[in-house]
Amino acid sequence: MHLAYPAVLSALLFCTGLYGVLARRNAILVLMSVELMLNAVNLNLVAFDVWLSRAARETLHSGQALTLFTIAIAAAEIGIGLAIVLAVYRNRGTSDIDKLRDTAEGPETRGPGTEGPGSSAAEKAEATA
Amino acid sequence: MRLASPEMPLNLAAAQHGFLSPTGVEIAFLLVGLVTFGAALVTVTTRQLVHAALWLVVALGGLAVEYLLLTAEFIAWVQVLIYVGSVVVLLLFGLMLTRAPIGRSPDADSGNRWAALTVAVAAAVALVWVVVDAFRTTWIDLNGPAAGSTRVTGESLFRHWVLPFEALSVLLLAALVGAIVLSRKAKAESESSPPPVNSRAVTESSPSVTDSGIHPVEQEGAR
Repeated sequence: MHLAYPAVLSALLFCTGLYGVLARRNAILVLMSVELMLNAVNLNLVAFDVWLSRAARETLHSGQALTLFTIAIAAAEIGIGLAIVLAVYRNRGTSDIDKLRDTAEGPETRGPGTEGPGSSAAEKAEATA
Repeated sequence: MRLASPEMPLNLAAAQHGFLSPTGVEIAFLLVGLVTFGAALVTVTTRQLVHAALWLVVALGGLAVEYLLLTAEFIAWVQVLIYVGSVVVLLLFGLMLTRAPIGRSPDADSGNRWAALTVAVAAAVALVWVVVDAFRTTWIDLNGPAAGSTRVTGESLFRHWVLPFEALSVLLLAALVGAIVLSRKAKAESESSPPPVNSRAVTESSPSVTDSGIHPVEQEGAR
């Protein structure tokens, strides 16, 4: 198999995930796009590991070991990320990234969704989190 | 061209492989890759949130098939177990708990989608150009024993990668504890706040905490 096939597929998947991270508004959809990017990296690692284990007699199998590590880290990341999204949703009532503007700079420092009684509780929860 | 002399027939074979005469594995890889890429595109563009999670299952399953075609069997099954089995289920639970709308949600994409599209297409063109230019003539030999069977992967993992493996288990433990702490904070708040409801004057200094703690669902629904 040409190495170009998995490499090109991996690049396309990575850019698809990049588009999703930049264009999506819901935080969980952004997490899904991050998963796509991590999977693109995994495909690259596996393809290059298979190639090197044959072509260069490489017995360390670093690509597959790193793929397993990436999968484990992605599982940890999705757990922590969803816990953060749920905490934000519990405090704000929304999981839209565009409405989380507490630390935004510029002319409109406070977005329309951050005023109200829940704001102080959310800030406190975020500060302690 | 860096191979030693015993691989010279293989090397000559690599020079003979053209893109216009694909092998069966390449055709299968191409078809599954098209399905995977299409499912990924639908995942990042659909307006129905639950459908995005279900198309993500197709994309991740297609990647597992690609791993099988690359003879990385253990990685393929780990992919099926962890991604399709647990990560997507977690994502679906997250969508459920944040009350994602079932039908089409018009605000799934933010306002900067054209800038995002520009960045993504530019990155795709640059990456594909560089990758194709670099690895146009590189050939993976898939014959012979599998490069990623459980035996091979386990031997390399527990012979050369033991220390990172143990560090990874510590990281998983830390992530577990962190997720529990993040999830139960508001729950402890809501459990500790009902007693002060009767003596409201005591908690006058922080009414918002008790308000958001007693009826979080109604308050979120009202917003």
